[in-house]
Amino acid sequence: MDDLPQHIQDMVGKELYPEEGEFPVENGYIYTTCSSVENGNPLFWDEDTATELTGGPIAPPTMISVWFRPHLWAPGRTKEALPLQIHFDLKAGLDLPEAVMTDNTIVFHEPVRVGDRLKTHQVLRSVSDPKTTKLGTGRFWVIDVEYFNQDGAQVASESYTGFGYKRD
Amino acid sequence: MSKLTLDQVSEGQQLPELPYDVTATTIVLGALASRDFRPMHHDYKFATVRNGTQDIFMNTPNLASWFERYITDWTGPEGRLGRMRFRMRDSIYPEDKMVFRGTVKGVETDEAGCGWAQLDVDVTVDDRVCTSCEVRVAIPTNNDDNPWARKGDDWRP
Repeated sequence: MDDLPQHIQDMVGKELYPEEGEFPVENGYIYTTCSSVENGNPLFWDEDTATELTGGPIAPPTMISVWFRPHLWAPGRTKEALPLQIHFDLKAGLDLPEAVMTDNTIVFHEPVRVGDRLKTHQVLRSVSDPKTTKLGTGRFWVIDVEYFNQDGAQVASESYTGFGYKRD
Repeated sequence: MSKLTLDQVSEGQQLPELPYDVTATTIVLGALASRDFRPMHHDYKFATVRNGTQDIFMNTPNLASWFERYITDWTGPEGRLGRMRFRMRDSIYPEDKMVFRGTVKGVETDEAGCGWAQLDVDVTVDDRVCTSCEVRVAIPTNNDDNPWARKGDDWRP
C-alpha cells in the first residue's frame, strides 16, 4: 500500500466516525420491516413469545444497519449524511468515482432490544494495490462496522468489501 | 411455525423453496422500511436514466431481511442467526419472480454445547443467481434448549 496517499494510510486500523443512532430501537420500523418481507416470526409480533425466549422484545438481527441510516433531512444539517462514510472518503480520496459492494458479512452478538440506544464506529481494515476487473481499474477495500448497545455490549459487527474504480 | 431441533437437520438437506412475485411496492416498501432513501430504490427515472438499470431494484438491507425470514420460517423462532455472508451479484426488479432456496452444508455442536447448521442460501430470478448467502444459524439441540439464552463465551457465532 506504499503508493496510497498518506491520509488514506493514516485511516487504516483506526476507530472512525463514532456515532449514536438518531433514535432508540423501536417497534414501528420492526413491524414495517417484518411486514415488508412477510416475516411472521412471533418473536417480533408477540411480546409473550419474545419474553419467554429472549427476555423481552427484540429487533430482527438483520435490521442492525437500519438503526444508523440517517434521516434524509434533519434540523441544522448542512450536508448530506452518508452511512458508511469511510467508503465515500475512499472514493473521493482515491479519485475513484464508481464503487460497488461485493461482499458483506454480519456477525450477530447480543440481541438488539426495543429501546436500546445503539452506538457504532467504522474501521478501515485494508486497501488493495490497484486491480483491473471487468468493471474497470481501481482498488478493493475492507471496512468493518462495529455496533454496541448502551451498556457497551457488542450487538453486531459487519465487514464490507468494496471495489472503487474508474471505468476503462 | 415449526420448531426445529438439531436432530432433524442433516447435511445435504434442502430447505423448502420460497417463491415470491416482486412488485414495485415490494421494492419501495422494503427500501423505506430499512430507511434507505436512495432514489434508485423508488424513482424509476433515476434508476433507468442515471443508473442505467432496467427498473428500480431491491436494496441490500431489505434483501437481508428476506433471507432472515426465509431461514427462520424453517427454524422457527428458537433459531438464532449467528453469521451471514452475502455475495451480491445481480439485482431484483419489479415483476421478477424471486425464489429462495437453501441447502444444509454442515451440522455441528460447538464446545459450549450450542447446535449449529451451516447453510448455503441463494435467491434467483429465472436462472440468474442474484445474491448468495452463507449462513450460520443456531438451532436447539433438544426441546429444552434455547439458543437465545446463550451469552458471553457460550455464544460463539
